[in-house]
This record gives sequence, C-alpha cells and structure tokens, in this order.
Amino acid sequence: MEKIIFYCLAAVIIAFGIASVTSRKMLRSVIYLSFVLISIAGIFFLIDYNFLAAIQLTVYAGGIVVLIIFSVLLVHHIEMELEMAKASKKIVTAIACLIGLGVFLTAIYSYDFNVINNSLTTTTAEIGAGLLSYTAGGFILPFEVISVLLLAAMIGAIVIAKGKKLTENNNQSQ
Amino acid sequence: MIPGVSIYEILTVTSILFFIGVYGFITRTNLISILISVELILNASVVNFVIINKYLFPEALQGVYFSIFIIAVAAAETALAVSIIINLYRQISSVEVKEIETMKY
Repeated sequence: MEKIIFYCLAAVIIAFGIASVTSRKMLRSVIYLSFVLISIAGIFFLIDYNFLAAIQLTVYAGGIVVLIIFSVLLVHHIEMELEMAKASKKIVTAIACLIGLGVFLTAIYSYDFNVINNSLTTTTAEIGAGLLSYTAGGFILPFEVISVLLLAAMIGAIVIAKGKKLTENNNQSQ
Repeated sequence: MIPGVSIYEILTVTSILFFIGVYGFITRTNLISILISVELILNASVVNFVIINKYLFPEALQGVYFSIFIIAVAAAETALAVSIIINLYRQISSVEVKEIETMKY
C-alpha cells in the first residue's frame, strides 16, 4: 500500500515539476509548484516525520506559495504569456541536465548504502529537546542564528519594499 | 522508512526534481519563475536530508534539524526576493531578466 502511494506521489512530483518550469502561464506555474510542495509533504508523512510535514505544509504550501502568488498578481496581467527562451538554448540546457542526472544516478546506484531497517517514530518533543539543548550535538546556536536571520529578513523586506517613491509622497502630503 | 521502497528510488526522484529546477533556472527569463525554480532545488535537497537521515541513521535527528533550517532560510530568501522584485517593478515596470540594469554595477 505504501509503495503504491509513494509511486503516485513521485509521479505527481515529477509531472507537476516539469509542468511548473515549462508552463507559459505564470499563475498556473505557481499552482503546479504548490502541488509539488504538497506531494513532498506527503512523502514526509509516509516516512513518519509528521512535524516536518506540518512545517512543509504551513511554511511552503501556506506561506511561500501565497507570497509568490501575491507578487505574480501585483506584477503581471493574469492573461499575459511568458516569453520563452530560444529553442536551441532549451535543447542544450536539457541535454546538460540529462548528462548531470546520469552522473548523479550512476554515483547513487554504484554506492552501497548501509540501510537500517526500522520503523521508529519521532515525536515533536524529541525534535524540540534536540533543538534547544546546549550539550554536545545540540542545536541551540543555529536556532538563535535563524531567529536573528528571520528578524533581519523581515526588516530588510520592509525597507526594500517600502521604496523611495512612497517616502517622497509621504513628505509631500505632510 | 517506507516499506517496500528502497532508498535508491527516492534518491532518483529527488535527483530528477533537482535537475528540473536547474533546467528552469537556466531557461526561464522571468525573475518570479527563477524564484520558483530555486524553490524546487531547495525542496529536493530537503527531501534528501530527511531520507538519508531516516534510512541510514534512524537514531539521529540531524537531518530533520537541517531541513528545518533550510526551510527557514528559504522563507527568508523568498520574502526578500519578492520585496526586491516588487521594488524593481515599481522602478522599471518589468521583471524580465534582460531588462534589469539598475543593480548591475
């Protein structure tokens, strides 16, 4: 049963991934991206990392996709079709990507992974305890750095998106 | 781990996803499309971290932590990129790569 679900998810990921980088309608390409992200959350559910799947659904499928849709709606007309690259460039890139994929797959399949059969379930409490522990192997420092990074990104996004025009208009109106 | 599914099949799927992202990154000429391709690449790497953690080192949780950090950095990056794109659109009314010259020098 899990096998069938995994193959369905893999087919959805690859098909909609290709659709999202080749579609000529901007908004559709974002929707295809959201299908890919939700299928990846499904894979996380399959391997019993429920917390990570929830993060994937909320941050990626909930946050990032909505942000990209907002920017598409602010920037484009909905009916506008994208300009495509030249056919020769597409073919060369596709061949290069296929060669790279071949190198990856030969490297992966020639390595003998030492797989451990297990059906462990990770609880959210374990993940939180590891994130906040400051003993050896704990992740408290990166956790703090990420919080500072998110604050910096928030301030930076506000300052950049506010722009010059807005401040000039404000000064005139005062 | 998923019963009946080997690690090779999952790594194949993520490799294909990664190269789909690379293909989109090179062939697209629109800033938002490039952002979408970057999201695909980041997601492929996240799945790789999680799968290798689960299949090879089920007792450890390092892969999960790194995935959480990658997702957080991707969220910050997307927010900044969207704000830059909107600011550029306000100034030059376009988000095509070849028309953007204001930040080149």
